Amino acid sequence: MSEYVVELRNATKTFPGVVALDEMQLAVKPGEIHGLIGENGAGKSTLIKVLTGVHQPDKGEIYVNGEKKIFRNPNDSAAAGIACVYQELNIESLLSITDNIFINKWIKGKSGLLDYKTMHKKAKEVMASLGQEVEPEKPAGTFGMGVQQMIEIAKAVLIDAKMIIMDEPTSSLGEGEVAQLMKTCRELRDRGIGIVFVSHKLEELFELCDRVTVIRDGKYIETRDIDGWTNDSLISAMVGRTLDNLFPKEFGAKGDAALKVEGLEEGGVLFDVNFEAYNGQILGFAGLVGAGRTETMRAIFGADPIDGGKIYVHGKEVQIKSPRDAIKSGIAFLTEDRKGQGLVLEQSIPNNLILANLQGFTKGLFLDEKLIEEKGWESIKGLQIKTPILDEITGQLSGGNQQKVVIGKWINTDADIYIFDEPTRGIDVGAKIEVYNVMNRLVKRGKCVIMVSSEMPEILGMSDRVIVMRGGRIMADVERDSKHFNQESLMKAAWGGTLDE
Amino acid sequence: MSKRRKGSGNSFLGTLGALVILCVILTIASRNFLTYNNLMSILKQTTFTALTSIGMLLCLITAGIDLSVGANATFCACIVGMLVNGGMKNSFVLIIVALIAGAAIGLINGLLLTRLHLPHPFVSTLGMKNFLWGAGLLVTGSQMISGFPDGVTALGVATVAGVPVSFIVVVVIYIIMHVLLTRTALGRSIYCAGGNPEATRLSGINSANVLTFCYVVSGFMAALAGIVSIGRSGICNGANAIQPYDTDAIAACVIGGASFMGGKGTMLGTMLGALIIATLRNGFALLSIDSSVQNMVLGLVIIGAVLLDVVRETMAQKARRKEAAAQA
Repeated sequence: MSEYVVELRNATKTFPGVVALDEMQLAVKPGEIHGLIGENGAGKSTLIKVLTGVHQPDKGEIYVNGEKKIFRNPNDSAAAGIACVYQELNIESLLSITDNIFINKWIKGKSGLLDYKTMHKKAKEVMASLGQEVEPEKPAGTFGMGVQQMIEIAKAVLIDAKMIIMDEPTSSLGEGEVAQLMKTCRELRDRGIGIVFVSHKLEELFELCDRVTVIRDGKYIETRDIDGWTNDSLISAMVGRTLDNLFPKEFGAKGDAALKVEGLEEGGVLFDVNFEAYNGQILGFAGLVGAGRTETMRAIFGADPIDGGKIYVHGKEVQIKSPRDAIKSGIAFLTEDRKGQGLVLEQSIPNNLILANLQGFTKGLFLDEKLIEEKGWESIKGLQIKTPILDEITGQLSGGNQQKVVIGKWINTDADIYIFDEPTRGIDVGAKIEVYNVMNRLVKRGKCVIMVSSEMPEILGMSDRVIVMRGGRIMADVERDSKHFNQESLMKAAWGGTLDE
Repeated sequence: MSKRRKGSGNSFLGTLGALVILCVILTIASRNFLTYNNLMSILKQTTFTALTSIGMLLCLITAGIDLSVGANATFCACIVGMLVNGGMKNSFVLIIVALIAGAAIGLINGLLLTRLHLPHPFVSTLGMKNFLWGAGLLVTGSQMISGFPDGVTALGVATVAGVPVSFIVVVVIYIIMHVLLTRTALGRSIYCAGGNPEATRLSGINSANVLTFCYVVSGFMAALAGIVSIGRSGICNGANAIQPYDTDAIAACVIGGASFMGGKGTMLGTMLGALIIATLRNGFALLSIDSSVQNMVLGLVIIGAVLLDVVRETMAQKARRKEAAAQA
């Protein structure tokens, strides 16, 4: 019997011309939570796909409980007891929880028809064992992301998985749901299941994992017990160099109030939101998920209709009824959902770069192709977008590079007020720093930057001033030199507490 | 680092090759194929499909579809027929009324999609097709109508040195639409609104208006096709609304490189697609092939074209990966 429940040895996987995995290894013990971390493009997805039988490695072996296995397809992997909860959940939202759990593993009665009574009972049991008291007859889509994720985990539990891979499981969860997920992970560990926990959030790894493996450029770098890692050592292992400062904050000169919001109201969502944002500064917006920060920004940008309130740009009241009006007033809005709201993935990089300012790229009746190409190269060089060619389809780029294309799109509008909503979500450390540098350059040029972020270190690292929201209301407005400019105070405000003077 | 991807014209050359091969086969199979008169008659046949394909292409680029183009063309012809029956002889008025009717129907299709937020236009335009079929029969009392004034029939009848005027008009429209799609802000908006309407809206473009524009163009071009059909046949017949005109238009677009996923397709490719469809139909007629077999073959051509689209996409992705690797 091996020490490890699943062990991958010297796996190499090449795609035409690309070495995705190079002598990769990973060894997971039964009853441990094993963190897996690496920058985007480090090979995490390929590694997962090799373990789940989606890809077959060109070289290397997989051992399950010490026994050599060959996975020709995902069924082989599942039969060996390996399950995966992907970042994008495979939930049929119109089907019931039971149907989702038992998809392809239906329990049939004597008649050969499906035995829903037994399946509902089992579904209820397994969900309850994961801390979810739900009615399994209800459509899965009526539940939140946290429950939907538990449905995926329930599937894994039901096939008696020996190892469960969780691919960035917390990226779409709220705080409470993350806590529940971590609790469940620990319970599964105590049952002897090995868990591979993929995450970009270092705090989560430190809180949850027993051991952490770092990979980089398709290569195995190192596995250590969690006590053997520090924030810095993890990052330097991940990026292959030491990053002196995760938040290269630079200061601009505080200017006039570029944006002033007065009594902004949106039925049931926003309540009397008032604030000012200044040129030459980064204004951070902190708060819990659902605090109304994104809603505030969408309202200012004209993406959603508002029920009341005034918006002033440089002291002049503006009527913003649509994103078009907002752009005309010099506002740029980088949405939190890059793929759904930021990019046209099927279109080329230049097409995305010019999208918010087509008029600016038009000469007479026609598009100015020369200018588009010039500006395209400018964006690629200035933002360090990694692409083989200018005309690459945006969907082919990595997440960080896609984000840079969205940023480029807004910089091309030459706006004065830049709203960045979760600008570094789901991108790797190196790309994050490049995004911060873009913000730095903007404030140095005297622009006004508003940054919505759920990452407290990012808020503290980059903001000149922070506004905390909760339940659609502004709770606190804290200057960088205030004694309240720290994680404890801001979190207190985010949870509904008040800051004493 | 290269500026542009090489070989993006491959699919166009493939389509052109298919047309050439088809012509070679028909030249061998029938003595009458490669004659000036027959070639001109192919161009004449191309006109109708080429016109209905314009709107179809715009809708396909936006990841939509307009299944009412054929019925719209027939309906507009029937409106003209109704007015002629009622004593209207002014060709100018008749043509304007037809074009307005077609565009208005396109506008309704567009508004159903963008303002009433009906799901995929597949269903709403299919409903519109059936409505127009009935309406066409209603306004003509289910009778075939003839006796159209020369001004109306001219577009379908007139020729310059044997070349049908209707085809010349089509070529001009195609050039204009090509420039619109490739060189203007509106054209770029159409491709982007198809790929991601929300991202496009948040970029300050009125996606709803862009989409509506596509359906209005589709309706307008269908009306033009209806006028051409009056000239070619000398009659209007409401029962024609359920002819497979929509399928021909879809086939022309897909053969020309459009995709049901949206975001792709060119005027040039669509023109070749329309020529291929017309040449096929012409060849069937020359070889006296039964119309039932014609329909079967055209059905297979559509399936084949879609299959080709899938294969092309897979190959393009592979090429991209290789290219990325070569850069790394």
